[in-house]
Amino acid sequence: MIPELGQGMLLVALGLALWGAGTAAAGAATRRPALVASAQHAALSVFALLTLAFALLTYAFLAFDFSVRYVATNTNLGTPFYYRITGVWGALEGSIILWSWMLGLYTVILLVRQRERARELYPWALAVMLAVLAFFLSVMTIAAPPFARLSPVPVNGRGLNPLLEDTGMITHPIALYLGFTGFTVPFAFAVAALATGRVGDAWLGLTRRWSITAWYFLSLGLLIGGWWSYHVLGWGGYWAWDPVENAAFMPWLTGTAFLHSVMIQERRRMLKLWNVALVILTFSLTLFGTFLTRSGIIASVHAFTQGAVGVFFLTFLALVVLVSLGLLAWRWDALGAQGELDSVVSRESAFLLNNVFLVAAAFTVFFGTVFPLVSEAARGVKVSVGAPFFNQVNVPLFLALVFLMGVGPLIAWRRASRENLRRNFLWPVTVGTVAAAAGWALGIRSALAALALALTTFVAATIALDFTRATRARLRAGERLLPAMGGLLRFHNRRYGGFVVHLGILVIVAGVTGSQAWSVQTEATLQVGETTGLGGYRIRFDGLDSREESNHVRVWGTFTVTGGGSRPTVMQPSKKFYPQETSPIAGVDYRVGLVEDLYLVLGDFTRDGRQATVKVQVNRLVTWIWIGGAVLTLGAALALLPERRRMA
Amino acid sequence: VRRRLRWLIPISAVPVLGLLAYGFRTDPRSIPSPLVGQPAPGFSLPTFTGPPIALEALRGKVVVLNFWASWCHPACYEEAPVLEQGWRAWRERDVVVIGVNIQDTEDKARAFIADFQLTFPNASDASGKVAIDYGLYGVPETFFIDRRGRIGAKHVGAVTAEVFSTQVERLLAEPPPG
Repeated sequence: MIPELGQGMLLVALGLALWGAGTAAAGAATRRPALVASAQHAALSVFALLTLAFALLTYAFLAFDFSVRYVATNTNLGTPFYYRITGVWGALEGSIILWSWMLGLYTVILLVRQRERARELYPWALAVMLAVLAFFLSVMTIAAPPFARLSPVPVNGRGLNPLLEDTGMITHPIALYLGFTGFTVPFAFAVAALATGRVGDAWLGLTRRWSITAWYFLSLGLLIGGWWSYHVLGWGGYWAWDPVENAAFMPWLTGTAFLHSVMIQERRRMLKLWNVALVILTFSLTLFGTFLTRSGIIASVHAFTQGAVGVFFLTFLALVVLVSLGLLAWRWDALGAQGELDSVVSRESAFLLNNVFLVAAAFTVFFGTVFPLVSEAARGVKVSVGAPFFNQVNVPLFLALVFLMGVGPLIAWRRASRENLRRNFLWPVTVGTVAAAAGWALGIRSALAALALALTTFVAATIALDFTRATRARLRAGERLLPAMGGLLRFHNRRYGGFVVHLGILVIVAGVTGSQAWSVQTEATLQVGETTGLGGYRIRFDGLDSREESNHVRVWGTFTVTGGGSRPTVMQPSKKFYPQETSPIAGVDYRVGLVEDLYLVLGDFTRDGRQATVKVQVNRLVTWIWIGGAVLTLGAALALLPERRRMA
Repeated sequence: VRRRLRWLIPISAVPVLGLLAYGFRTDPRSIPSPLVGQPAPGFSLPTFTGPPIALEALRGKVVVLNFWASWCHPACYEEAPVLEQGWRAWRERDVVVIGVNIQDTEDKARAFIADFQLTFPNASDASGKVAIDYGLYGVPETFFIDRRGRIGAKHVGAVTAEVFSTQVERLLAEPPPG
């Protein structure tokens, strides 16, 4: 019963989405509000149907309805309650239903918030949203139906991929997909701007907070993905330049470029064409990311599956790219710049450079990701591109971007005078240089780490300088200290929200640098009672135990850890043996600290439990990456607050 | 002229899309090698533990030539114990395992060898010449060389115990040279 009901709902939703997209576009073109109203009803119904279908699939998971193929392949009777819910989006079909549901949600929010405010652009934007929804619904009805029936009905299911049995699996996909789908809204408005020819600032103003929201969720998704990789995969890292990580990173890079280039258009009427192109690029890259994960054309640890879905996604990607770039070419004349670049030493050029570097980084990541295909197509040989390529190319770009992060917000518009430069940068440059020198004196011998230290302190100093100066100005106007600072944050929330996000990025940069430069690891095979040491820790192997859990057998080693400036603790890294998997899954045990994490992974062991191999890592400063994420969250929230101007 | 040129923007996306479409025709995990059946390119390389090792000196033995790097995670980490076990199990039967470390730093390579307690000879191809001679695409890749010095098989990705024993036994079953 459930399969037919669910599939029926999705089919009706597809019909409605197509109808809505058509009527919204027709209503926009002929200026007939009745048509747009019909499209709105369709949009609301699509969202309602998607919600019901999603609830139905969740119910099928909770009720172990193995007559649904998707339920049978991604759960079994032993799957705990919590993971039966997250299992809903643990594989291809469910991830697309979650994706569509979010898109539907965004469409409804757009409808509620912008129906009245943007009469010209709104109907077109609604049409684009519904067209994208129709695409995802067509994937769900034809290529990857979540409600496909399984017959005969098995008594038990196969079970969820054990790596996905983790709390990160509720937050990571949700944040990532909110980011991915969120960029559909700016894209929809960009297309609306091109369709109507109103390519001025209106669409930018309407989408500013949408872009920040999407960007924020994408950042959060990437960070949670790193956290998941760090504490679940058991190799002690958080980023591997895997094609699928790259797929999520590329729209982040172009999206970041967009958030910055928008300010140039607002202020100087430049870069209209560029902004539209960046939004098209960002949205296309989110589609490219889904395509890459779901087409099986590139080998990756994340690869979902292959089959007809890939062809669907590629066709849609081609349609999106060709139509939107075609519109762009059609409106070419209207997109010309009104302002001009006055000087190389100016805020405009700092932002422009920021854009060039971000897009260059996105391009190199794209190139590295698809290079295996290029090489095979051109020369008939296969290659794989490893982390060294991405690091070598991107680290200099990222360091340059950090530098610009300090320059951009403070340097003068149009043309910076010598006095302006001295006033804004003399102190920060001094502080950065002193920090690097101090670091050198304290024993930092990695040139890259010293440079990163210099740059991050430089940028932090520019932010501190700006904030102190602005606070002082308010104090002189007779305000008290705390209200003055609070007022700054509240009344200039865009600027200071941006600064707080920058601080978050700086903290992340510090964490990444530290973990790359100073982490150490070793591996040792120990008899019971034997000890190994690393980085001031002594780790004693006390024995092995095992226990049968609801859906797997867990073997864990007990290790007593001393040293590292704290009381002895017991750590228990484990291995989990799932019947449906050919190799065991690592259960990492880690002790998190501000300065360093102690990270144990259980390797091979003898059957009698007398001997085990353990991998020990001391990962330094990794925690700051997650702290940086929290700071970034605060900054994004601040930037998203409704703008408020003080009454005169 | 400018008005026409702008249509190059959408057109420029076509090759990229074509490339992605081409991706459907390929299997990212299967890699053919024109070297199979050809004589294995000779080399002489310094090892991490002492004397240099030369392929020519091993004629008459089955050679398992494995290219690896310490950053190659997880495949190289999965296969290192397999190679070590294979080396221990087959060395009595004239089978030699040689590791060739590429694109790596010396201390990380040494740490890798120590971590996995590798006892078979590991050489460093610092200039990358040997990797180029063998047409390497990435790591790990493993070449199984027969007793006449010809490449009998190539394996891409982590070597499993099964692949190791199948290939080595197949080459051992061939008649010895001369």
